[in-house]
Amino acid sequence: MCAFQADSAPIPFVTCRLIAIIYTPSGGYALTTYCESECIERQSEQKPPNFIRLIRDVRQMKIIIRSKGNFTTWKMSLVGVVFAMLIISLPAFAELGGDEASVETDQVHMEGMRRIARASAYSVHEIQAPTGSVVREYVSPAGKVFAVAWEGPVLPDLQQVLGPYFDRLAQARNNRNGRGPLVIHEPGLVVHSGGHMRAFVGRAYLPDMLPAGVEVESIH
Amino acid sequence: MLTIVGCGGRTSSGRSNPNSNPIATSGANVQPIAVNSGPLGNYANGVFTPVTICVPGTSNCQTISGVLVDTGSYGLRLLSSAVSLSLPQQTTALGTPIAECAQFSDGVTWGPVKAADVKLASEQANSVPIQIIGDPKFSAVPSSCSSKATPMDTLQTLAANGILGVGPFRQDCGDQCALPMGAGNPGVYFQCPSSTCAQTQEPVTQQVQNPVWLFPQDNTGVIVELPAVGPAGAPSVNGSLVFGIDTQSNNALGSAKVFTLNSSGNFTTIYPASGGTSYPNSFIDSGSNGLFFGTATPTLPACSKATGFYCPSSTQNFSATQQGGNGTSNTVNFSVANAESLNSNNFAFDDLAGPNANTFDWGLPFFFGRNVFTAIESQPTSAGAGPFWAY
Repeated sequence: MCAFQADSAPIPFVTCRLIAIIYTPSGGYALTTYCESECIERQSEQKPPNFIRLIRDVRQMKIIIRSKGNFTTWKMSLVGVVFAMLIISLPAFAELGGDEASVETDQVHMEGMRRIARASAYSVHEIQAPTGSVVREYVSPAGKVFAVAWEGPVLPDLQQVLGPYFDRLAQARNNRNGRGPLVIHEPGLVVHSGGHMRAFVGRAYLPDMLPAGVEVESIH
Repeated sequence: MLTIVGCGGRTSSGRSNPNSNPIATSGANVQPIAVNSGPLGNYANGVFTPVTICVPGTSNCQTISGVLVDTGSYGLRLLSSAVSLSLPQQTTALGTPIAECAQFSDGVTWGPVKAADVKLASEQANSVPIQIIGDPKFSAVPSSCSSKATPMDTLQTLAANGILGVGPFRQDCGDQCALPMGAGNPGVYFQCPSSTCAQTQEPVTQQVQNPVWLFPQDNTGVIVELPAVGPAGAPSVNGSLVFGIDTQSNNALGSAKVFTLNSSGNFTTIYPASGGTSYPNSFIDSGSNGLFFGTATPTLPACSKATGFYCPSSTQNFSATQQGGNGTSNTVNFSVANAESLNSNNFAFDDLAGPNANTFDWGLPFFFGRNVFTAIESQPTSAGAGPFWAY
């Protein structure tokens, strides 16, 4: 099990590998890291870090966590970045309509955060790749990925993110007159893939699986 | 993160546009463009132009018509089926061919990077890296490309003979694609030693280039000049693509409002203009064939047949405010018609729109009746260096 660290504890200035971060709808956040082989979890009901940015540097990568107006730097090993990329490439993690149970299999150390997720209307798993692309996955209390959103200079692997729904994009492309953002508007599936070269933005959700009270516009 | 959408913003008149805008008709830097039905004969709101390419350093040239003018991308891409010239393949130092998986919001284009002299109006850029899309003699689309989005490698799927990307960046990727693999490189470029290809780093100067910044002069950006169209639309509309900003008497910024962009090539749109949501990922894009915005707007139903467009029962008027990074702000009025009720003999419309989440895409309707400047990154103008839009 991971050691739980209070929100007030100082952020360690050691090499850490980011495993995952969850933003909860109540305004808090939780994250899991490995710092020098020790698994650490932190959670807070405070305003979450605005974002995590990976600075591109071949030899030393850093995660900057902006919290309460202060900048704290977590050194991050290249191994850690690769590990973060591995997580994003795990098919079970990022599949629309998929089961969160697969996340459990792949990442047993996420147990603590999963509890937080189940206590709320939904949880948001946010992963930022070193390419600058961000994927957010919305997991319902029933443990299903009911929505995904993406943003960044390149498209994420949409086949992985959309899972069985990916093939619908080709059909939508063929049905569309001319060029522009791709839209699927069906009772069981909504997809918006927009933006432009070097700045993409999109989302997809399953209307039938939206937990009660979830505003569609909060998926971004 | 979460913002609340107000319910104001209607105006009594949608088309605020402007007095007739002056359109350059002659000059060494003036390339004719036209909004018409395109190579497939059914394209709504596509702005096309012919592009001349030559084998580098020779007079062995070819003009390809029906190339989409796109301020939302960077670089020239031509369908292999439209190119008859034999162009030199770009390779690594060891002679391995280079290819690209270029990304768009609605699909990807796959194919080799080749060099061509690019001629537009009387301007010429030499040995420009361009992309040849869907070359049957080249390696097939790798799965790491087709898993991003749908390949658009045929005339049927691309709906144009090519794409002329003249947006605000010099390259289609930039510094990021020059990084080592695994260190933030998104893997847009590929090495293809055999029939299989692997993602690779690509030096910035070797990447597919916006040809405009490589012109010896008139290389600061472009102006897209299209006349206004009426509520019924028009079968076709002629205009001009003017090269350079502040380099000739026909491309002065003058009193145009300048909106600077962020590093992603975006500015902010507030929609509705009054008390609306702020969309910082907004952009102006001649390659989008409508205004795409506002999924939060309950009053605009999606069409049942015209996939991706709005179908209100009657034309509705809206306004939104554009904001540059430099603080410049302007409120734009626009109309949204029922996409399934538009005159099917017409192909130019200023009121074609559709849903889009978390962004405001100011597509071709925005250009009618406005001369829209796109300044390229780091290129100097009287308003400072690009990137910016101005009108």
